[in-house]
Amino acid sequence: MSNKEKKGGILSRNLDKLAGPVSSVGAIVTGLLFGLIVLLIANPSNALSGFWWIISGALQTPQDIGNILYYATPIIMTGLSVAFAFKTSLFNIGASGQFILGAYGAVLVGVRLSSLGPVHWVVALLASMVFGALWALIPGILKAYRNVNEVISCIMFNYIGMYLTNSLVKETVYHQLTNRSVPVAETANIPSMGLNFIFPGSKVNGGIIIAAVIAVVLYFVLNKTTFGFELKACGYNRHASRYAGINEKKSIVLSMVIAGALAGLGGGLLYLAGTGKYIYVQDTLAPEGFSGISVALLGMSHPIGSFFAGLFIGYITVGGSYMQLSGFKPEIIDIITAAIIYFAAFALLFRNILHRINFRKGGERT
Amino acid sequence: MSTLFFLVQQTMFFTVPLMVVALGGMFSERSGVINIALEGIMIIGGFCSILFIKMMENTMSGQPLLILAILIAMVSGALFSLLHAYASINMKADQTISGTALNMLAPALSIFLARMIQAEGVQQIQFKNTFRIEKVPFLGDIPVIGDLFFRNTYITTYIGIAILILSAILLYKTKFGLRLRACGEHPQAADSVGVSVYKMRYAGVLISGALSGLGGLIFVVTTSTNFNATVAGYGFLALAVLIFGQWKPFYIAGAALFFGFMKTISATYSSIPFLYNLQITGYVYKMVPYIATLIVLIFSSKRSQAPKAEGIPYDQGSR
Repeated sequence: MSNKEKKGGILSRNLDKLAGPVSSVGAIVTGLLFGLIVLLIANPSNALSGFWWIISGALQTPQDIGNILYYATPIIMTGLSVAFAFKTSLFNIGASGQFILGAYGAVLVGVRLSSLGPVHWVVALLASMVFGALWALIPGILKAYRNVNEVISCIMFNYIGMYLTNSLVKETVYHQLTNRSVPVAETANIPSMGLNFIFPGSKVNGGIIIAAVIAVVLYFVLNKTTFGFELKACGYNRHASRYAGINEKKSIVLSMVIAGALAGLGGGLLYLAGTGKYIYVQDTLAPEGFSGISVALLGMSHPIGSFFAGLFIGYITVGGSYMQLSGFKPEIIDIITAAIIYFAAFALLFRNILHRINFRKGGERT
Repeated sequence: MSTLFFLVQQTMFFTVPLMVVALGGMFSERSGVINIALEGIMIIGGFCSILFIKMMENTMSGQPLLILAILIAMVSGALFSLLHAYASINMKADQTISGTALNMLAPALSIFLARMIQAEGVQQIQFKNTFRIEKVPFLGDIPVIGDLFFRNTYITTYIGIAILILSAILLYKTKFGLRLRACGEHPQAADSVGVSVYKMRYAGVLISGALSGLGGLIFVVTTSTNFNATVAGYGFLALAVLIFGQWKPFYIAGAALFFGFMKTISATYSSIPFLYNLQITGYVYKMVPYIATLIVLIFSSKRSQAPKAEGIPYDQGSR
């Protein structure tokens, strides 16, 4: 009797664990079907071949797979940033500003400190984390001590960060003729860590390995440490955690700072990839910050989930570039991504239902 | 004196779209639904109405065309916001997720459609701006006031002011407004006295959609002659204005005016002799509106007046 109950408990617990990934996959399938419908309406005769490019285009050669990893790296980092903040109930819509400031930090060190030699790129990446963290520090402090809504302060900081970066680039690392930053030293580029042998001809580099390691580290910090527990507790209930003796103001500031460092590192990883990326002096917010929101949502705010969500977005982006061979506009990929996120909102409901059923079962047992 | 006239006229161009969209957001949030999709809805409203202007501009021009376009913008914005309403009210979805999805969908959809509809796959929609009013008859001749408010303007400015007054009346002086606010503060209580929470929330989101769509049109018409699937982050700024304005109509108008004035300074500092002579780099002026808003927020955020039930899906069974 008791054995049977135990079995049921384990089963339902597994079901609960599976619900997240299953509902994400459900959202992806629904979103892709929606994309197919859009393709059919736009151009019925080419729709199927275009759809086939989206699905399979990115998996044809090792080069394509390498490019998926390359495109995924920065948005995995901004995704982790948003997801980490979500875990503590903060909406970090400011990843865009943190990202571009981080990129600037990396480029500044990459251009100026070429005497560092083999550790040059490491220092440059650390600089990107520091710049990103600093840019999130102020919204964190404002939230903790002055109750300023972090969404609005982050929006303001996105714009201030964009203009500040433009002005800093112009003053320090500017190339007049092309209206962008000058190239970084060769030593500042992230080494490929052997990935160029696995995916020859692609743009991939060690950045994806760094992103993967960080995702795992974040998972452990959030789920296996007291520090992570305190951060999450503040997210669930600020007042209760203060009552329990947690310094909730410090937790809020720290979780913003960590989120900022992650987004900043994303900027560093992209602009030190050695693929001819430069910071252009233009009045546009970095789109990677907003892609990070999608990645975090699709990854259910879970670090490992966000890693795979970033890979998926990279995968359909590469597939989408091939889809143009069938005469379709690449914006269809953004439409599909948006549809997936929209259905992911429904999927959360699905998970909640499973959660509730599971909870009820647990209640009957006691 | 002419500098002052110029500043006031410019400030109106920046203020009115922000105010209209923030008022829209107010209706949604006061009913209990967070709407961060304002940006996306503005883009859709701008896209549909500008496309309409583009298609009709050979047969019509001037104010009649603009008024028809306003209707198109409001209807298309409201229809697009239905997606958000359905997800967040019926499906009890996370409102941030659904809003983010709409913000992504809108620019992609407008670029995709523009490139499909227009010849040679061009994504910008060019249009002829025949809507500027040089001088309002009679009123424009009044000294000073005429120069300030009735010259070099658009009909949308007056529509915006009318919307402000109507919003305040609707929210505070009607049965509808009372019910709407109740749904945002304590939906269970509202339900217990027979108010349909779902209907009121749908109404809130639809009004926000219509006003955001209108705001998108106003922004594009008063600041440029082509539409490129963007409203330059004005939807997000409107969100900031909404919070800054403490979810109250006249506070919102004040916040929009403050931000609009700062934005005007940053856009026109080079033609104001006093500021130009200070020899400060232009980037500082560009940052000023955002920094100023933050500073005001630091001193005004201690006690937030946010609707209590905002962002929480209504569940009849919960206590």
